[in-house]
Amino acid sequence: MKRRTLLATAALGLGLAFGGSASAQGMDKVKACFVYVGPIGDLGWTYQHHQGALELVETYGDKVEIAFQENVPEGADAERVLTQMALSGCNIIFTTSFGYMDPTNTVAAKFPDIKFEHATGYKREHPNVSTYNARFYEGRAIQGHIAGKMTKTNKIGYIGSFPIPEVVMGINSYYLHAKKVNPDVELSVVWAFTWFDPAKEADSAKALIDQGVDVIASHTDSTAPLAEAAKTNGAVIGFGQASDMADYKPSPRVSSIIDNWAPYYVKRVGQLLDGTYEQVDSWAGIPEGEVEIGEITDAVPADVKAEAEAMRDAIAAGTYHPFTGPINKQDGSVWLAEGAVAPDGDLLGMNFYVEGISGDIPK
Amino acid sequence: MIGGIDPALLISALMVASVPILLAAIGELVVERAGVLNLGVEGMMIMGAVCGFIMAVQTGSALLGFVGGALGGAALSLIFALLTQVLLANQVASGLALTLFGLGLSSLIGQSFVGIRPPSTGTVPFGPLADIPFLGRVLFRHDWVVYASVALVAATWWMLKATRMGLILRAVGESHDAAHALGYKVRKIRVLAILFGGAMAGLGGAYVSLVRVPQWTDGITAGAGWIALAIVVFASWRPWRALVGAYLFGGITVLQLNLQAAGARIPVEYLSMSPYLITIIVLVIMSSGRGKASLNAPASLGKNFHASR
Repeated sequence: MKRRTLLATAALGLGLAFGGSASAQGMDKVKACFVYVGPIGDLGWTYQHHQGALELVETYGDKVEIAFQENVPEGADAERVLTQMALSGCNIIFTTSFGYMDPTNTVAAKFPDIKFEHATGYKREHPNVSTYNARFYEGRAIQGHIAGKMTKTNKIGYIGSFPIPEVVMGINSYYLHAKKVNPDVELSVVWAFTWFDPAKEADSAKALIDQGVDVIASHTDSTAPLAEAAKTNGAVIGFGQASDMADYKPSPRVSSIIDNWAPYYVKRVGQLLDGTYEQVDSWAGIPEGEVEIGEITDAVPADVKAEAEAMRDAIAAGTYHPFTGPINKQDGSVWLAEGAVAPDGDLLGMNFYVEGISGDIPK
Repeated sequence: MIGGIDPALLISALMVASVPILLAAIGELVVERAGVLNLGVEGMMIMGAVCGFIMAVQTGSALLGFVGGALGGAALSLIFALLTQVLLANQVASGLALTLFGLGLSSLIGQSFVGIRPPSTGTVPFGPLADIPFLGRVLFRHDWVVYASVALVAATWWMLKATRMGLILRAVGESHDAAHALGYKVRKIRVLAILFGGAMAGLGGAYVSLVRVPQWTDGITAGAGWIALAIVVFASWRPWRALVGAYLFGGITVLQLNLQAAGARIPVEYLSMSPYLITIIVLVIMSSGRGKASLNAPASLGKNFHASR
């Protein structure tokens, strides 16, 4: 038993040594692998990650080989897929959903010379695990502004996937900016408890519409909520999520948040090739071009469009932060004082609604 | 408005949400009445969903899409018929295999159809009837498939109860040996029932991909076929009860989302599991009531028939 532990430690040390030297010298060829939570044809979240992966081949040609697996369930199955990928010669593995957080760290411990990159998580338990995320809440602020201005019923809706900080952040940002321009606005949140289940997403959108909601933002991966909104002949509008979802232009899709992962993927694989790769915790947004705001269509009045674009530009220039005080928590206690800007730590662990939102976050 | 929910909207939403499981359940009900247990409903539904979608996109006609969906479901059920009626394979195992096969095959043939919008299935114009308060909203603003599904329930009920064909079908399901001795072609009747079940499941699937979600993605039916199977037992093999079962299940599914949207202070987890919980509770109550539900099952259900025995 002891000897085995010793051997394992030695192997680990050896691996670390080799891994270290390899990254210092760079590599001739990188195999980049991607784990997807949905199909690449979802035209949303997974589609955008895959566009980033394809961009790698475009940029580096023969020096990069990509491999990917779609529809990988979060949890134990992911661990199997990751191990398989690690054994099949991947040099860097991108795991593109929050639920892959623990599997990524578990598998990373076993393969110290392979780089792991986990999207939207916060655990970096091993030196070969990096995390990357996008500041989606910046885009939500712009959607909230449009929603507050556009709603006629003063009811806006949000289809949440899972009650995790990333989603709660989006809900708060969306609500705060709608409230700012329309004090009467009420927000309904429906938790779908799935990232990708078009039938359930459509049903959730329908339930919101039946409740009188006329602006729907969704935090799930498919176009189903927009398809449901399209049935109302323009009475209900929504936003493209993760991808542009341009098929639903000019209405119900009046704008969108586009996740542009390509620059990050190109940068990281480039670093692996030239030997400058280091563990990072990346969180880029509109300024870096990782979050893009899709065209605001003519279904939105020109003045609202101009205001929304001004907000986008202010965020890009760094002069406006969507979470700027005074902001109270749902229970009325003070979160941010006048003029204070939310620290990243607060945002990454956000588990509360801001003042004015009714209902509880499921635990 | 009750608790912030408009009952008219709720009822009209539940009628739409129940259509896929209702169609599939009615098909399976006929199959089981003929003495065949086909657990492949989910597989046939998803084949119907993908075939219907492809047909609708290629031809630009939603109606032809539904025809395609029915054909797709029936084609897959033909495999089941071949396995169980000709090769006398085990029905449970064949049915499960059919589901797995259907899920895989649909994903393969649907690959180039992801992200396309199908032609829309219009609502039936009832003119002034649609403007009647409450009733207009509930009854007269649906697409034609909603009405067709109820009509199919009525037709199935009438066929089973009042026609010679129904009598023969039931005889085959109750005692295939006796039916055979009387000169009925047990195997032929069962194959036809299986094809009908496949076509109905296919229609249900096509409704999901053409109306309810309007798009194609892998695994779009998301377990609706299994619920249809449960509803057949729930209904104790009677068509009108299947309608009740489907509406009850669809209703609770819609209600839980509406409660969330209306801001009811009930934990979401309970709401999400409620449709399944209610199904289990009702099944337990039904089967404990002097064993009626189990007595009602066709006597030859799941048994293979071979003329030499």
